[in-house]
Amino acid sequence: MMDRIRQAFGPEVPGLLGFLLLVVAVFGVTAPNFLTAANLGSIAYQLPELGILTLAMLIPIISGGFNLAIIYTANMAGLTLAFVLMQFGGVDAGAGAFLLGTVLALAVGALSGAAMGAVIAYIGAHPILVSLAMMIFLRGLGEFLTKGGDISGFPQYVAVLGHGSLLGIPVPLVLFGLCALAWHVLLTRTRHGFAARMIGSNLRATTYSGVHTKRTLVLIYTLSGVMCAVAGILMLSRFNSVRVGHGEALLLVTVLACFLGGVDPFGGFGRVVPVVIALVVLQVLSSGLNLLGANQHLSTAVWGLFLVGVMILRWGAGRWKERQRGRS
Amino acid sequence: MTDEPRAIRFSNMSKVFGGVKALQDVAFDVGQGEVHCLAGENGCGKSTLIKIITGVYQPEAGAGMELFGERLAAITPNVARQKGIAVIWQDLALFPEMTVAENIAFETMLGNRPRLVDYGALRARAEAALARLEVSLDLDARLGTLPIAARQVVAIARALVSDARLIFMDEPTASLTQAETDALLAVVRTLSARGVAVVFVSHRLAEVLEISSRVTVLRDGRLVGVYPTEGMTQARLTELMTGKTFDSHVMARDTSADPVVLEVEGLSRRGEFSDVSFVLRRGEVLGLTGLIGAGRTELAHVLFGMAAPERGTVRLEGREVRFASNREAVAAGVAYVSEDRLALGLIQPQSISDNAVLSVLRRITGASGLMSPRRQEDLVAHWVRELAVKIGRPGDAVSTLSGGNQQRVVLAKWLATEPKVLILDCPTVGVDVGARAGIFRIVRELAAQGLAILLISDEVSEVHVNADRVLHMAGGRIAGEYDPRRTSLADLEAAVYA
Repeated sequence: MMDRIRQAFGPEVPGLLGFLLLVVAVFGVTAPNFLTAANLGSIAYQLPELGILTLAMLIPIISGGFNLAIIYTANMAGLTLAFVLMQFGGVDAGAGAFLLGTVLALAVGALSGAAMGAVIAYIGAHPILVSLAMMIFLRGLGEFLTKGGDISGFPQYVAVLGHGSLLGIPVPLVLFGLCALAWHVLLTRTRHGFAARMIGSNLRATTYSGVHTKRTLVLIYTLSGVMCAVAGILMLSRFNSVRVGHGEALLLVTVLACFLGGVDPFGGFGRVVPVVIALVVLQVLSSGLNLLGANQHLSTAVWGLFLVGVMILRWGAGRWKERQRGRS
Repeated sequence: MTDEPRAIRFSNMSKVFGGVKALQDVAFDVGQGEVHCLAGENGCGKSTLIKIITGVYQPEAGAGMELFGERLAAITPNVARQKGIAVIWQDLALFPEMTVAENIAFETMLGNRPRLVDYGALRARAEAALARLEVSLDLDARLGTLPIAARQVVAIARALVSDARLIFMDEPTASLTQAETDALLAVVRTLSARGVAVVFVSHRLAEVLEISSRVTVLRDGRLVGVYPTEGMTQARLTELMTGKTFDSHVMARDTSADPVVLEVEGLSRRGEFSDVSFVLRRGEVLGLTGLIGAGRTELAHVLFGMAAPERGTVRLEGREVRFASNREAVAAGVAYVSEDRLALGLIQPQSISDNAVLSVLRRITGASGLMSPRRQEDLVAHWVRELAVKIGRPGDAVSTLSGGNQQRVVLAKWLATEPKVLILDCPTVGVDVGARAGIFRIVRELAAQGLAILLISDEVSEVHVNADRVLHMAGGRIAGEYDPRRTSLADLEAAVYA
């Protein structure tokens, strides 16, 4: 059973699940309101934002790169949708306007990603530098377009996306589930996902094997940009406003979630399922600490400790396994 | 003889790792100033032996350890260094961004207390070390700009600065040209004359055999024997290392009646090669040999679509082809096994299975556009069986395999594309002598099935034995064509190494 889970979802999964159970058990006992529907519901509404942004970060990292521009790409896409809604009457904008805005928002995300991917693939520039340039460009552009303020006043139905529920399941969670499933399939069952892992380990050897690595790289960053746009639309709905700086603090948390989920910081290895579990652990930790009355900054500090703890545990597990192998 | 103590004298060395006996009751001794060969295939215990002598590993109880006449109960890396034992590993462990002088004498800059670097003293020490080797190098050149051969000299000089009296050299000639090898051997002779012992650790011994006085052969962690090199041949040594005999008679056949698959005419690329013309026939193994820098790999890159020729034509089965990328070459039926298996041939950390299917992802993709794990499994299983690759599980990292088995995975990857032309660029680099025969058996079988094979190698004997015809490339041009049935190995070697 464990072996089959390991094979299908990655060797990290059983350990992370164990950790999740432990965290839930501790908070279940110590924080009286932890296991209530209200609290679990609030976790379910908060998780998808960070989750979708983490998915956007995940595939560039697996391909050996990075995308520092995820937050501003998301907000730029959100701004696009907001602009369209404003053009069509703000609060009174119809469903057609929302649809058009969504398509354009996704296109803006894709464009931002494709531009980065093209520079990375064809110029060979380092992804950190390229996405840093894109991040600064988008932030400046966004501040310019919004004059540093925020845009709000959207139609009522937009809130459904961020606050509604479908058959009792929060809509954002449904959205996140669909995105995660798409990414899981992309990485495990498609040629580009396969090539992304290979590129992450050795770009030149992958090219030598006859893989169109440049096209795959452009696609990876384009998809990352599209995922950012989805997050941007969700953020618009949740905050009922768009501002260039929304969610700035999440940038490095997405990296944290990837590494907790066993993604290799040097590229080549990473799976969706363990990253999702890592996200849940992070959210549960912060919500539990919050219930215990801890300061929000303290829960951020605990996240950091958590990553160090997981690294030490992994190191220990690796050594233990080696010793077992030596014995057998 | 004299009462001078041996440089090292070890006896009853054993080492067990997790139940595996890496070394069993091995004795090893080297005299002062002796040039000695330590021979054996990968995994025979050579590295373990060196690591015991240098104090990295502790042997099992009962070993006798003596360094320069002093019996020691235990050796630590520090003790070994103080006694003057140095190892130059194949990767040299130098600093490419630092200058020659800094690389040679950097240890003198280390100390318990921080202090300023005395560049004058540093240069003087580096200069003295190079003078002892009777070579001159630009002390201020950045190491990274020097050829491998010069870097090796730097590594030796560094060992001398720390008063080494016995130097292990791991595969020192693997990436050297003949002239560079000769220069290295001259340095070794100088060392030996000054009383510094040198132990060559290699499975490519032709060059070093002649200047060594004795050779110690290990196989499967046991001592096969210690032999004088006088009268020792490469063939005999191979037998001792592998425990098998290999027939090395010329395999060449007459293929002149077979249809031409690849026709190259007047192919040129500035600074790399010029006016290269040849034909490659169905079922033929065409050898292409020459020194490093002759333009062999560059030619292969053009044929594989990785670079465009400036002049000349390439015809594949009669049709002229101009590949814009290697993807087009693969689609047209050209496959290329790179000489650099570690960096280009395989994606080392990824699995055997994923490496094997990387070139045929489309083939394992179903109608839905999704890859089929079952098709991947079947394909991998097929090639593992076909090429007799020894693997644990298909999901294991390809880096866990031996060189020979890795090369079989590379072959599987390319054969899966069903090529018409297979270019093998130095396919036995880093492959054990025993496993080489297996690789060439596969090559001959593929040729018998009709594959046209261009076999590039810098080991003349390899192409002489395995190719149907041999092209000699020098200075970017085809310098001659030979028929192994009519040209002796000695004549061919004389032509290539001239």
